[in-house]
Amino acid sequence: MRAKLGLSQDKISEARELAARICGPVLKFVDGHTSVTVERATLRLAGADDADADGVPVPNLIVDQARDRLADGAFRLYASALARTGDAPERLNRKIAEGLRLTDLPPADEAATARKAQELVNRAESRVRANREFRAARQEEWKDRNHRPLLYLIVATGNIYEDVKQATAAAEQGADVIAVIRTTAQSLLDYVPYGPTTEGFGGTYATQENFRIMRAALDEVSERQKRYILLTNYASGLCMPEIAAMGALERLDMMLNDSMYGILFRDINMYRTFVDQKFSRMLDAWAGIIINTGEDNYLTTSDAYEKAYTVLASQFLNERFAYAAGLPARLMGLGHAFEMDPTIKDGFLYELAQAQMAREIFPEHPLKYMPPTKFMSGDIFKGLVMDTMFNFVSKATDQGIHLLGMLTEAIHTPFMMDRYLAVDNARYVMNNMASFYDEVEFREGGIVRTRAAEVLDRTLEFLRQIEATGLFDAIAEGQFADVKRPKDGGKGLEGLIKKGPRYWNPFEEHLTRTLGLGK
Amino acid sequence: MNIVRPYGDTLDDGKVQLSFTLPIPDGAKGREAARQLVLKWGFKDCDVVHSAPLSAGFSFYVAYGKTESSVDYDSCVADEHSAEASMSMDEVNEFIRRELGRKVVVVGACTGFDAHTVGIDAIMNMKGYNHHYGLERYPEMEAYNLGAQVPNEKLIEFADKVKADAILVSQVVTQKDVHIHNLTQLIELLEARGERGRYICVAGGPRIGNKLAVELGFDVGFGRGAYADDVATFIVKKLAERN
Repeated sequence: MRAKLGLSQDKISEARELAARICGPVLKFVDGHTSVTVERATLRLAGADDADADGVPVPNLIVDQARDRLADGAFRLYASALARTGDAPERLNRKIAEGLRLTDLPPADEAATARKAQELVNRAESRVRANREFRAARQEEWKDRNHRPLLYLIVATGNIYEDVKQATAAAEQGADVIAVIRTTAQSLLDYVPYGPTTEGFGGTYATQENFRIMRAALDEVSERQKRYILLTNYASGLCMPEIAAMGALERLDMMLNDSMYGILFRDINMYRTFVDQKFSRMLDAWAGIIINTGEDNYLTTSDAYEKAYTVLASQFLNERFAYAAGLPARLMGLGHAFEMDPTIKDGFLYELAQAQMAREIFPEHPLKYMPPTKFMSGDIFKGLVMDTMFNFVSKATDQGIHLLGMLTEAIHTPFMMDRYLAVDNARYVMNNMASFYDEVEFREGGIVRTRAAEVLDRTLEFLRQIEATGLFDAIAEGQFADVKRPKDGGKGLEGLIKKGPRYWNPFEEHLTRTLGLGK
Repeated sequence: MNIVRPYGDTLDDGKVQLSFTLPIPDGAKGREAARQLVLKWGFKDCDVVHSAPLSAGFSFYVAYGKTESSVDYDSCVADEHSAEASMSMDEVNEFIRRELGRKVVVVGACTGFDAHTVGIDAIMNMKGYNHHYGLERYPEMEAYNLGAQVPNEKLIEFADKVKADAILVSQVVTQKDVHIHNLTQLIELLEARGERGRYICVAGGPRIGNKLAVELGFDVGFGRGAYADDVATFIVKKLAERN
């Protein structure tokens, strides 16, 4: 990466320091708390799975049973029951699904419970390590066979078996990353449904079985294509850590995981979200999953030209929160988008400036670049041209993860041929200008450099203002995305728990140790 | 009578461009299948100008056909609320001051599980869309945008609380007719409370036409291409009519 914008390194460092000071008090709060979904994620890692006759997942049943002692963590109850009964997790899960109340069992002795805990942690560790090693070996074996940037396509049929067909075709057409978009409103469910699913609205339920089905299908295509196809799902919502846990177990490769998206765009309580994002990101770090952050959402709700600084500010905050969860830069797919009004004069140069600025400020991060959506219309021909401009900027600034734009964006979920045209367009542009990045410099005092410097200045101003207010209050006052979220408002606050002196979560301890997060 | 046909480069040549996917492999046989299909649709000529494999079992076609079908333009009736041009933002505000003499209160949301706020944001947010300011910018209006995934019950409660004149509902997701369900439920809830007459009800979304909205019990529906000024014009004129 060669710097081309002449950005002030002092200003960039100052922005990082501000981000650290802004996130500090939040992280302090996070460390003293857990949530129902953090507890359920822990149980899932320990082996809790299955569901009762009404479809209530076993992890939810256990957490409900442990409701009045969650300050101690739910894990103790499960590990103790396994130690006392001698059951394998599968067998105990079935019993719980059929009505067993763990609180009715006399506790096993401490030593036996601790031994069981160690066994469960070891089991999860070896499974996740095997996943990491499998991925690394395939990526090494087939290195340089993926596109650069990675071409990312979405499937969204609602039926996992239909998704498999579409995903297979998309991978055969050239996609490097397949994202299975979730059904509308899954983010607001405080549980993760169980088993394979064939009904969804605008997407498919994220379930562990669906993850497994899609992973197996993509592994097959990868073998045929001699190209590792990455699988993506969405951790945002009320179950961030549980989805991350399932992703860790089933070898997902990317996870939508923004530190504030749920608060701002799904009205989930801010305390709950900050607690959930931390543990989910620790799981991503452990499993080698690349997070994708959601800065593009700032631009679809506000004006992309005027609010460009909110994207950069959010990238700094997301980066800080991610480091605090043990994620290295190479796993931070910080987001942004090509969303400026196409009628703006020199809009293309401003987009180029923004993308290049992100590249230079976050050099090792696999930036996730989102296509135009807001100004896509029924004019599919214009849409294809806008996507071409987007493809150009992405390649010209060496972005990491390229979400392909669809010419039918504003019309329907993509047809198979829409995806083909998108891949074809991207391949054409990216091959045709393959070395452009190395050839081009930006004129000092020109539009691109001036714009990037301005956005960085505005970002600093904005971060200073947030630091002065405090992040919780800044969100409450509507400083982000013009959305006001009261501190005690939003969904999921009732699922937040203050950790007690006896809180015990050996998975969290294991991750803290493995990721080097200990004090 | 004004009989029209598609115009390629000559009057009445009836030229139409088509693109589609077939679940068969690409190749000469596939192209022949595509050609026959286009002829079966009633086109008189067909040129399959391009084909490409999408995957092992799917192929993509671009074709041109010639149609002899025609339509009488004069007898067509548009599915729009009014043929009149909408007023501009300034004209709407002036109209409110002159005809109503008080602020107009508007409440909007994406209801049900719909998380797509682009439509309601385009109509309501200060900034608006495509150089048409949103209702929040109208000095003579009080506009409340409740955002996404708002239950109908909450929307009605809020409308009651702020004494709204109009309720705006945006529905983008239409898979499995979920929008019909959401829109119908709002009207039913209002009717059950005996409050349907209290509000001007406006539905909007890329797949919402005026005809559909009116059938479902709304006063009006706005589809693709509608802006805040169109919505505002309808609301204030309707209010003036009621006075």
